[in-house]
Amino acid sequence: MLRYVFAALCLFSLPAAADEEQVVLGLSQDRVAITADFDGSEILIFGAIKRETPIPPGPPVAVIVAVAGPSEPVTVRRKERKLGIWVNTDSVLVDLAPSFYAVATSEPLDQILTDTEDLRHRISIERAIRSVGAAMHIRGAQDFADAVIRIRESEQLYSIRENTVAVDEQTLFRTSIDMPADLTEGDYSARIFLTRGGEVVSQYETTIDVRKVGLERFLYNMSRQQPVWYGLMSLVIAIAAGWGASTAFRLLREN
Amino acid sequence: MHIYLPIAEVSVNAFLLLGLGGMVGILSGMFGVGGGFLMTPLLFFIGIPPAVAVATEANQIVASSFSGVLAHFRRKTVDLKMGTVLLTGGLIGAALGVVVFNYLKSLGQVDLLVTLCYVVFLGIIGSLMFIESLRALRKAKKGGAAPAKRRQRGWVHSMPFKMRFRTSGLYISVIPPAVVGLSVGVLSAIMGVGGGFIMVPAMIYLLGMPTKVVVGTSLFQIIFVTAFTTMLHATTNYTVDIVLAVLLLVGGVVGAQIGTVIGSRMPAEQLRVLLAALVLVVCGKLALDLLLEPSELYSLGNSGGH
Repeated sequence: MLRYVFAALCLFSLPAAADEEQVVLGLSQDRVAITADFDGSEILIFGAIKRETPIPPGPPVAVIVAVAGPSEPVTVRRKERKLGIWVNTDSVLVDLAPSFYAVATSEPLDQILTDTEDLRHRISIERAIRSVGAAMHIRGAQDFADAVIRIRESEQLYSIRENTVAVDEQTLFRTSIDMPADLTEGDYSARIFLTRGGEVVSQYETTIDVRKVGLERFLYNMSRQQPVWYGLMSLVIAIAAGWGASTAFRLLREN
Repeated sequence: MHIYLPIAEVSVNAFLLLGLGGMVGILSGMFGVGGGFLMTPLLFFIGIPPAVAVATEANQIVASSFSGVLAHFRRKTVDLKMGTVLLTGGLIGAALGVVVFNYLKSLGQVDLLVTLCYVVFLGIIGSLMFIESLRALRKAKKGGAAPAKRRQRGWVHSMPFKMRFRTSGLYISVIPPAVVGLSVGVLSAIMGVGGGFIMVPAMIYLLGMPTKVVVGTSLFQIIFVTAFTTMLHATTNYTVDIVLAVLLLVGGVVGAQIGTVIGSRMPAEQLRVLLAALVLVVCGKLALDLLLEPSELYSLGNSGGH
């Protein structure tokens, strides 16, 4: 009986395994703990390409690794000169923009990924941001999405690192992703794409858990769950420190 | 040494924060101002989200003012009665200010309002103080013992509900101090400051209080108004970062103590020229930001809440 179930399972899982090449992945860490002295993190992503068949002919395999933080809507405002001063005028809601986005590739992205595939899998930074709701009456709505990218790139939250994935013998690959110190919490997704001649032939996705721990976790939770107590505690700590330092300083001067 | 702030969700250098706190603390002790009008923009510059900067600054001002006010209590330079009247107005004002703040936030114009408030108030007060204290300095140099002109006894003294403020040596209506407290409360909620830089001149020029008790009394009022503001922010916006506040105040309380000593050793008139110059510099910087084309025309805002 068990044997039949197994056989059935194999049959059902066959379509999923239709890719001739599959990713077997390793991560140096699948969780990032944000502690008080958190100063960024480097995640090593490595893996192998598993094949049941010989390496297909044609262009060699290329690897794209995309790590994305949790997506949330962002309001983008533009300043204009009004009455001599610079004022926020138009604003556009960018529906979804990841808080962090890094793409590492084995070759320049435009050589290993066609536009159609990019559109389908939302791989490049431009595609990872969605602003379908951008009001048409606002001049240059695309400028607003570009501004998100420009600002976050300057904060090193968005980056594209071409030629940083090393691929050996079309089988082994590895890269490292630098995560800056200013990370927000959440489930980060790590997606790995294998492409040949611009087409995605296989993909793999896993999650990296980015969480505050210890004191950071405690304070954050308390500020959300018991805001009154958190506020009072902040005041008490502040006043105690103020009084303590004042007394210490006075004693120091008197002696 | 970098430290990750749990509420602000950014990583900053701990020594930078200690230094900022200490520097602003010295000024706070010297002039009796909370220092928020300097600290809040400085926190923006180092990348703290504005909502967190404003709320945390309120918390930090409580602490730096507390050590300052203790020093003034020992020297008996706090007018408790006047402080209570100012405070009553201040609490009502702070609540009103938060309502205005939240309304403008929904319009996306909070930054503009805050900056304009700074420029207008700092500009007016800075210039008035600067001119006034330069004149006083010149007089003091020339005449030596030139009798200080008695404060004008105008409309402030013809109002009802008079009350005797012994420490200040005043017998005036409670309406002007309550109104001063209220306006400072509104501004402190909008601008994320204690409001000392407005209250101190208002007490000197409007209420005619002696300079000696002005600093202690304004610190007394600031403590309670900023504590109230802290609670409002902590319970509605969840933006009080205690780690940030502690770092700022460790530097701040030590600085405030040094500042109080410096302040008590310097002649009041020179102190006022310095404060006026400082206020004008901050004002000029903020005005330039409004007038010059910014290098980045776009700004990102979190649409989920604050």
